Amino acid sequence: MTSENTAVSLRACGKTFADGTRALEQLDLEVGGGETLVLLGPSGCGKTTLLRIVAGLEMPDAGGRVLFNDEDVSARPIEKRNVGMVFQSYALFPNMSVAENVAYGLRVRRAPKAEIAARVAEMLAMMRIEELAERRVDQLSGGQRQRVALARAIAVRPRVLLLDEPLTALDALLRDRLRVEIDSLLRSLGITAIYVTHDQAEAMALGDRIVVMSHGRIAQIGTPQEIYHRPANDFVADFIGTVNRLPARFFPEQANGSTELLVRPEDLDVVPAAEADFTGRVTSSLFLGNRTRLVLEGIGPEPLVVESALRGRFDVGTDVPIRVKREGLMTLPNTRPSPTEQRTL
Amino acid sequence: MDRRDYPTLFLLILPAALVFLAFFIVPMVRLAFVGASGEDGLAAYVSVLTTPRHFESMVATILLSLGVTFAALAVSTVAGLFLVRNRFPGRETLISVLTLPLAFPGVVIGFLVILLAGRQGLVGDVTQALTGEKLVFAYSMAGLFVGYLYFSIPRVILTIMAAAEKLDPALEEAARSLGAPAWRVVRDVILPALKPGLIASGAICFATSMGAFGTAFTLATRIDVLPMTIYTEFTLNANIAGAASLSITLGLVTWAALFIARSLSGSTVAASG
Repeated sequence: MTSENTAVSLRACGKTFADGTRALEQLDLEVGGGETLVLLGPSGCGKTTLLRIVAGLEMPDAGGRVLFNDEDVSARPIEKRNVGMVFQSYALFPNMSVAENVAYGLRVRRAPKAEIAARVAEMLAMMRIEELAERRVDQLSGGQRQRVALARAIAVRPRVLLLDEPLTALDALLRDRLRVEIDSLLRSLGITAIYVTHDQAEAMALGDRIVVMSHGRIAQIGTPQEIYHRPANDFVADFIGTVNRLPARFFPEQANGSTELLVRPEDLDVVPAAEADFTGRVTSSLFLGNRTRLVLEGIGPEPLVVESALRGRFDVGTDVPIRVKREGLMTLPNTRPSPTEQRTL
Repeated sequence: MDRRDYPTLFLLILPAALVFLAFFIVPMVRLAFVGASGEDGLAAYVSVLTTPRHFESMVATILLSLGVTFAALAVSTVAGLFLVRNRFPGRETLISVLTLPLAFPGVVIGFLVILLAGRQGLVGDVTQALTGEKLVFAYSMAGLFVGYLYFSIPRVILTIMAAAEKLDPALEEAARSLGAPAWRVVRDVILPALKPGLIASGAICFATSMGAFGTAFTLATRIDVLPMTIYTEFTLNANIAGAASLSITLGLVTWAALFIARSLSGSTVAASG
């Protein structure tokens, strides 16, 4: 399966629904062969529409093209695109057993019986659900169902694997475990994958690159590190993690002419008064076990959030000396309006 | 359950049991005895098979009911799926118009069939204008078929729509992503999901068609469906034993159909694959 990886290109793809709703502004996107690309954004940002255009479940507006390895598949419906899809609702066939579900795509392709049996056994073993083969779908837990759905999608050796919020319906513990499994699965298969989620932790963990989307536009494309440490605009800075804003006058040499500096809560330290850049008054203190979150006032116009592994108590009303890690200071590349404000609909 | 609860339970079930006994069991047992009271005795029950007229009537009724059932299922499945999946102006009105036949008794439906395909009917007028031949089919099995179809469709369509509403669209999308062409999506995803509803409404449809009388009576007394045969035996031929035995037989066939349908729909999961 790793021999031939399919690159996906979207050219001028936009989507306006029949009722006039603009779900997706015209955009271009390249997904490298074997890459895991995560589409991240709040609900209604167009990420699912984008995925469905790649899948062939939605047709882009006139002029939009979808290419798999330079091969134009725009006119092909989903059943002829050879993609694997995993849905939030699992979408397992309730009238078939686990093994029949996994075998379905191969049966549709009229593969020889022996080959189907071998491939199904291989898939069930890979997902470690061999013992569930003859079970009915309604006898499975959520995590087991999503494993079956993954096995079913991969069994047909799809060119591209498309995952639409596959972990959203699961509880937190299971979500973390399955996230790790999906990550190692995608790496070992080396398959091109597009993964839609609204969960930034999931995006960070799984994506080779992340596409942050907002209001039908791409707000930023980059590796998880780039997105986190070099946000391109306010929307990305605020959507990914927590960010503090400081007036530029605190560190004029790092500000590069912008009026505002951004810094993550973990890049702020509580230090002895002599080393401090400034002090702030504690308005809230929350012990989270592995770290403590303090909210401070009296520094910039907005309260400052500090998060670090702290020992000791920080009572509300006390003054705390703070030092900023210089490498943690960020500026937005320019002061162009965020995608939120660009929206002209 | 606690033994002390039995007297209370007995009291609670008593009214229903009395009504059931008085208006259902007693008349039915009497009917069964009346059926065997004629000069042929119990042999009257075999008359459905031995009397050619009765046997033909039984076969015709079953064939008509099966035909109506399958036609109603086919028409209603397509229409029901369309109505669930499409939103358009006038949709609600169309749905309420489609369920209108539920409001009409059989006599009125027979009347409507005559207006459509009777001697002065619309179909007759149109065909005469086009071909010079007047097409009249109201007073035959064809007319009865149209009438029964008319009142069967709403019963089925509502059940299908309820089942189709619950169908997860992702199921179809999953099947298509795995390469399934449209006909396989219908066969492997849509029909299995609708199967319990199809069997249940099909059984009701069959039972109603087996026993319907008003429409047949309005269209013609010469149509030999079983309820008409029972009526003729009872009123014209005064063959009370024959009518009773036919009634019991009709009841048994219909009940058997409902029973089979119920056990089929209960085992949909086990039977599939």
